[in-house]
Amino acid sequence: MNLTIDVSNKENVAYVTLAGEVDAFTAPKLKDTLLPLTREEGQTVEVDFQDVSYMDSTGLGVFISALKSTKEHNSEMKLVQMQDRVYRLFKITGLTEIMNIDSTVRGGM
Amino acid sequence: MESFDFVEVKVPAKAEYIGVVRLSTSGIANRMGFSFDDIEDLKVAISEAITNAVKHAYKETGEGEITIGFGVYKNRLEVMVADHGGSFDLGRVKEDIGPYKQDDNIEELREGGFGLFLIDALMDKVEINSKYGVIVLMTKYLHETEVGQDGDQISTS
Repeated sequence: MNLTIDVSNKENVAYVTLAGEVDAFTAPKLKDTLLPLTREEGQTVEVDFQDVSYMDSTGLGVFISALKSTKEHNSEMKLVQMQDRVYRLFKITGLTEIMNIDSTVRGGM
Repeated sequence: MESFDFVEVKVPAKAEYIGVVRLSTSGIANRMGFSFDDIEDLKVAISEAITNAVKHAYKETGEGEITIGFGVYKNRLEVMVADHGGSFDLGRVKEDIGPYKQDDNIEELREGGFGLFLIDALMDKVEINSKYGVIVLMTKYLHETEVGQDGDQISTS
């Protein structure tokens, strides 16, 4: 029921690897880690969802804030390796239209 | 009178307990025979309702309890989430409840952004009673029953 967040940097890319559950309890920690990364101009923030077993609207809220921040600071955000279950939430809320989600390597197919 | 089992869970109105209720939810839903996807839907919908209740309780007093009631029926699961600690008077909750309407005065529920939208999308029926605190009543039918009711539908998945 916890969330672990790993961040590593390589050139202009910040790789954020998530493992666990994103809910109202863990979302604030995710927001605190993710938002500063999106404030670096020219940086790409790549978030790996492979080991995210659960997410709800509190997580969607964090990624909406992060997306807004990338627009303000000329950075980019990419969501990769998303499980079908999590992808479904982005889909039914219409967020797949505005977010860069790499669905080709989506897990759980 | 339709017979059912009733399970009540009471937790402090704190975010760290949302995951605990999620585990109870998947336990009950699994026992009832819900599919993996339906169980995941239930977990999200119930977490959304509890998240709203936690926010509401926090705004009011910074403490308090949330009561979650599971009505386990043969063909469906009914889940009630109340943003106060009192036990449910089942008769009264059902008496005062009505379908969710856009103009209902439920600001507390909306502040979750997509929260109520997701509950609506993932559950079969959602009702709100805001007479005594806010109570969300959500229903999900066992898939077998849905197939029986809409027998002419052909699955394309």
